[in-house]
Amino acid sequence: MSTPTISPAEVDQPTDDTEVTPDRPWVVIVWNDPINLMDYVTFVFQKLFGYSLEKATKLMLDVHQKGRAVVSSGTREKAELDVFRLHEHGLWATMQHDE
Amino acid sequence: MKRTIRRARDGSFQLRLTDDERDLIADLAGQLRELLVTDDSNGLERLYPPAYANDPERDSEYRSMVHDELLEKRLAAVDVVEQTATATSLTEDQVTAWMGAINDLRLVLGTRLDVTEDQDFPSLDDPSAPAFAVYQYLTHLLAEIVHALSRD
Repeated sequence: MSTPTISPAEVDQPTDDTEVTPDRPWVVIVWNDPINLMDYVTFVFQKLFGYSLEKATKLMLDVHQKGRAVVSSGTREKAELDVFRLHEHGLWATMQHDE
Repeated sequence: MKRTIRRARDGSFQLRLTDDERDLIADLAGQLRELLVTDDSNGLERLYPPAYANDPERDSEYRSMVHDELLEKRLAAVDVVEQTATATSLTEDQVTAWMGAINDLRLVLGTRLDVTEDQDFPSLDDPSAPAFAVYQYLTHLLAEIVHALSRD
C-alpha cells in the first residue's frame, strides 16, 4: 500500500515561562454509520492496523453497538495518518486528544 | 449458491458476473468519476469526512492537505474498475480497487437515499426503488469481495 504524504504538524514553540509538557496522546475514533458493512469495517481494521480478526471484530461491534470505538492512538502525526487511511476507505473517523 | 468472486489457488480472483452486471458496474464507475471530477456536493460528503470534529481551523488544514490525494486514489480505483469490467480474472490489487470504488458508490448512493440500518426495501411505486435496488446490488457485490479478500 502506498504511503500518503502528510506534512508534519506545526510545533508550538514553548515560551520561557511555560513548562514543557509531553504532548498528550491523540486517539482515533471511528463512528457508527448506516452505510458501511460490518464485515467491511472489520476487514479494514485488519488491513490498516494489522489487528487479529478477533480484535478487529470486537472494535467493529463496539462501533456498531456503542456508536464509536477508539481504534488507534499516538502522536498527532500518527493519528492524522490513521484518520487519512480510514477516510480513504470511506470510514467515518475523527481524532481528538485523549481525555 | 456459487460465489460471485473467489480466490483461486494461484492467488488470482475469479469473477463470475453476467454481461449485464459488468455493463452496470462500468457505467456506475463512469458516473462516479463524473461526480468526483465535478466535485458534485450531492452525496459526496461521506467521501471527505471531517478529521477534527471540534476544531474547524485544524480540520480545514487537514482537508486542504488530503483532499487531492483522496481524490486521486478514488479516481485511480475507478480507472481500474473500468479497465477490468469485462475481465474474468483479477489480481488482488485490482480486486482491492473494485472494493474501494464500490464502497465509494455505496457511500454516495446511501447518502442520497438517506439509508438507515436494517431498512426495508421501498415500495415499487417509490421513485427511489431503482436506486435502492442498485444500492442493494452493490452491497451484495461488496460483501462478496470482502469475503474473497479475507484470509481468516
